[in-house]
Amino acid sequence: MLHYWQREIENLKKLILSLGAIVEEQIQRSMLALERRDSELADEVISKDREVDSLEILIEEECLKILALYQPVAKELRFVVAVLKMNNDLERMGDLASNIAKRARYLSRKERIEIIEEFGIVADKVQAMVKKSLDALVNTDVNLAREVLAADDEVDRLTKQMLKRTISFIEKDPERTKDYFSIRSISKNLERIADSATNIAEDVVYLCSGEIIRHQSEDFNPEDATEGR
Amino acid sequence: MVDIQADSKVKVHVENMNFYYGPVQALFDINLDIPEKKVTALIGPSGCGKSTFLRTLNRMNDIIDGTRIEGKVMIDDKDIYDPMTDVVELRKKVGMIFQKSNPFPKSIFDNIAYGPRIHGVKDKNKLMDIVESCLIKSALWDEVKDRLEKNAMGLSGGQQQRLCIARALAINPDVVLMDEPASALDPKSTLKIEDLINELKKDYTIIIVTHNMQQAGRVSDHTAFFYEGRLIEFGATEQIFTKPNQKQTEDYITGRFG
Repeated sequence: MLHYWQREIENLKKLILSLGAIVEEQIQRSMLALERRDSELADEVISKDREVDSLEILIEEECLKILALYQPVAKELRFVVAVLKMNNDLERMGDLASNIAKRARYLSRKERIEIIEEFGIVADKVQAMVKKSLDALVNTDVNLAREVLAADDEVDRLTKQMLKRTISFIEKDPERTKDYFSIRSISKNLERIADSATNIAEDVVYLCSGEIIRHQSEDFNPEDATEGR
Repeated sequence: MVDIQADSKVKVHVENMNFYYGPVQALFDINLDIPEKKVTALIGPSGCGKSTFLRTLNRMNDIIDGTRIEGKVMIDDKDIYDPMTDVVELRKKVGMIFQKSNPFPKSIFDNIAYGPRIHGVKDKNKLMDIVESCLIKSALWDEVKDRLEKNAMGLSGGQQQRLCIARALAINPDVVLMDEPASALDPKSTLKIEDLINELKKDYTIIIVTHNMQQAGRVSDHTAFFYEGRLIEFGATEQIFTKPNQKQTEDYITGRFG
């Protein structure tokens, strides 16, 4: 039988996972809206962000309640602290998905732009990172979390590549510079989503091992570090 | 903040209550509505009146000479200080658990059967049913079911306290008052009592005095903070422990006095 406060912690886990599920869907639907030039879908994503915001507040209140009333220690303390931080990251990812939806809505009213198709790979990678970071949380799986950390470098590389491509498109077609700025913005938003997924993965590592691995990724995987340069 | 009125029915209503030990006033103008089937914690420094207040709810102070009460204490809309009130019936309805476990020097079975017997239950099987269900409710059954005829004094402190809870439940109360029920117990027994309180609130209104602020936070739904005989603040425990409205409450729960 679970003690009464363990039930509160289980409940908190359910809440953060449901926030994760909504945010994952928001990201996926914002990219779908872009690809299909579907402004209605984009509007849905934008308005659903309010749901993300209110769930974020609820989760924060639950965390504060658990800290104030039950003074969790050890693994339970790390869990509540990790949730408090992930909560911020997930809410931020929700905002970024909503930004992408706004750009998608704008672009849906413009003539089709070729470069959109090139988002495929990076969007897939970012969504996989988000999914993995949440799975790592559900299963408290350090190895999965570390895979997310490794994938972030690849997303950074692809984002840089995308920037170069965007610049070359602008040079060829300067009339549509404004539209290409939207492309750049989407690309940047995707990269930031990946950064937030990385934060979540770092929090999972903290949760499992008690080790804070932020700001030390180069020590932690020297191979990746040299490859990036 | 939780709206107590909307959250659940009021079980105990206290209005303009003053209480005196001889010439000394111990409680000043207390107004409080205690919700049904919830755990309400009474906290505050020693001498703040929280235990005196608890004892006014089943007229335990009547047995102290020279005490006097003004105002109203209503349980289920009946004034318990009405001259027509049957105090024995009242204490049947409002059970009490004390700081130190106080089992009778009798068998485990007889401890629990004691109350029902003096209230007229004679049938052996019926008594056995009561004993079993109360021991199950107080989470003691598995530990004692094979030695119900053994003397209760042989139980550990934590077991004795759970036995006292079973004994209080045997007369089928609505309200259970607890005066520091876990302060003499080790952490593990304390945890059992706290889990038990959390189970019991499904069926009973529980009012608990505790010196242990963390315990109040852990077990209660609502918290009343007393200071120098006055009720300073009453609210949802979550609110009291995260954003109290009164500075005195804040100072007490953060450990600046008390």
